[in-house]
Amino acid sequence: MTSTTPPTPGTRLDPWFGAYAQRAHNMRASEVRALFAVVNRPEVVSLAGGMPYLEGLPLDTISETVQRVIATQGLSALQYGSGQGHEALREQILDVMHLEGIDAHPDDVVVTTGSQQALDLVTRIFVDPGDVIVAEAPSYVGALGVFRSYEADVVHVPMDEAGLIPEALDACLTELRAAGRRVKLLYTIPTFHNPGGVTLSLERRARVLEIARSHGVLLVEDNPYGLLGFSGDPIPAIRSLDEDGVVYLGSFSKTFAPGFRVGWVVAPHAVREKLVLASESAILCPSNASQMAISAYLSTSDWRAQIKAFQVMYRERRDAMVSSLAEHLPDATWTVPDGGFYTWVRLPEGLDSKSMLPRAVTGRVAYVPGTAFFADGTGADHVRLSYCYPTPERIREGVRRLATVVNAERELVEIFGTRPALDDVSDVDNPGPDLA
Amino acid sequence: MTHTPRVVILSGGLSHERDVSLRSGRRVAESLRAAGAEVTVHDVDADLIPALRDIRPDVVWPILHGASGEDGSIRDVLELVGCRSVGTGPRASRVAWSKPVAKSVVARAGIATPDYVTLPQSLFRELGAQVVLESAVERLGLPLVVKPSQGGSALGVTLVSTMAELPQAMVSCFAYGEIALIERAILGTEIATSVVETADGPVALPSVEIVTDGPYDYDARYNPGRTEYFSPARLTEEQAEAVASTAIRAHAALGLRGLSRTDMILTPDGTPTFLEVNVAPGMTETSLFPQAAVAGGHALPDLYLSIVEHARAGGA
Repeated sequence: MTSTTPPTPGTRLDPWFGAYAQRAHNMRASEVRALFAVVNRPEVVSLAGGMPYLEGLPLDTISETVQRVIATQGLSALQYGSGQGHEALREQILDVMHLEGIDAHPDDVVVTTGSQQALDLVTRIFVDPGDVIVAEAPSYVGALGVFRSYEADVVHVPMDEAGLIPEALDACLTELRAAGRRVKLLYTIPTFHNPGGVTLSLERRARVLEIARSHGVLLVEDNPYGLLGFSGDPIPAIRSLDEDGVVYLGSFSKTFAPGFRVGWVVAPHAVREKLVLASESAILCPSNASQMAISAYLSTSDWRAQIKAFQVMYRERRDAMVSSLAEHLPDATWTVPDGGFYTWVRLPEGLDSKSMLPRAVTGRVAYVPGTAFFADGTGADHVRLSYCYPTPERIREGVRRLATVVNAERELVEIFGTRPALDDVSDVDNPGPDLA
Repeated sequence: MTHTPRVVILSGGLSHERDVSLRSGRRVAESLRAAGAEVTVHDVDADLIPALRDIRPDVVWPILHGASGEDGSIRDVLELVGCRSVGTGPRASRVAWSKPVAKSVVARAGIATPDYVTLPQSLFRELGAQVVLESAVERLGLPLVVKPSQGGSALGVTLVSTMAELPQAMVSCFAYGEIALIERAILGTEIATSVVETADGPVALPSVEIVTDGPYDYDARYNPGRTEYFSPARLTEEQAEAVASTAIRAHAALGLRGLSRTDMILTPDGTPTFLEVNVAPGMTETSLFPQAAVAGGHALPDLYLSIVEHARAGGA
């Protein structure tokens, strides 16, 4: 060495690197999220996202409705509103929930910015770091992100074709109590599960509620898809069985349009009071314009008929999905949902859905790896396929492409004798909105 | 120059690095606009060629990472439609895009590069994985780096310390491409040196030293905070000259034009060891090329405009 250049200080390109809360250190730049940048290109068949198919909506009518709201109630619609939500809409939400057997009072309802915010609020007011939240295995990726951000410890309970297994739930809660753990919430999507595609049977609903009650655990019922069933009448919500032990989350995002960002939470009186305060501290109030637009839509449109039209359309897509899976992926197994947006597919033996994703993107098809739906790093042997957005023809093409990818990956796994690995659990930390 | 340059930036595409490309494209567009250029950002899609015919840009700057952007295909198309473009032409892009080919070219030019083998997936099927992997370890030793023979952003790259980790690393690699490069892992200082061509020839910008708390993987590259950068790198003058000279020699040996970034390891004995070269280096907030430019005293708008003007004048 001859001489040295003057030393330069290093930079982490973030002057606030040392200032973040501990929970922010788990937020990572994910390869998986980066790969999803490609999926919105038309060349790619995305079986990944949970976007409703809005082309089924009467956009002209909605446009007139929104214009009328601004023209006639603009000074209110564009102003701050109530922290609890627009009163007229809260009354209409009762009509929506009544279809699933829920009786409530408008005062029980808190309107939120999508049900994702409701989930955030409930977690915020109940969960301290290290508290346990019990959830189905698998569970909604967006809920897991919220729970992780509040540093909750998620414990999964298995499901079968009739949903959450009561005996397993009871055993889990008993074991957690014996271990001295504080279980704060039982988070469940009983109807048309995301990603599981299964529905908790009527018999089990009462039993699950009873188990939660007996262990002193509040049940959070997340029900965005309940009205999108493919056969018969809507299934009574768990909330229809109990007012005090259930916090119910609802949404217009799947039955109407996610762009308005309107959801709601129904909670026992004391809980609801805290939710309103928590919501006001977070957002002051939900969007008045969105709430009034939805209220006007519910008042002036035949929204029940629109929901029936969605049911027919999504059923046709579900049929395209399951028949394509049977044709192209006979070695996989999958759930056959009776409503909602998703089927949960177990890949042929030995495949790892996360490590297979780049090959799928190269093959112009996308899915969500099963690891996204577990807090414990498992799930690599599954994928979630959604049939809500692509047309039946695109679904068939997507599954055909996926089969090609699966076959190539299977050959690779056979060559190297690898097994699905435990996931780095923080990799799909906060899902992109179109994955929800 | 007679008028403000009209520039089309190509970003996006369908590669695994689309997200990085979109971010890079936006950053360069912003800087060029600040420098007074008339800039349109365009994806690579069915509207592109009609748009190029309509806009009639002075220069197209492809900021496309990954396949088609870096493998020369888009450059071929730009030549077909008569557009001048920033950077390396199609033939040299093809050479640089293949890591093993680029390594062999720079090795012939006397530049050190880690020992390696290139193995297609089909070979493992024919010969059996275990025996091939054992042979690779026998020859190259451990630790090893397994990476796709093409592509960037460390996608599909695994540092392998034990024989047992190798099969999964191969599966992860082959998810991104059909050919794997298994390279002896070299210990030392991780250095990136960017090269810009001027009227006087290629010039190296100050090298950037990369220090991470683990592998310089996707998260370390794009999640600000995990990686500490030293720009200029903490090198002696002799070392700084050696890495700059190596980057320029690699740039020349590979026939690159306009700009490039060479990634190297400076070994403890002071040897700059070539890992790979990028003909379309990342230009995001955390990317190495812009850091090097700033360390060299360049204002990004001025530097990017000079790159455009160089290409506009026929220098690529």
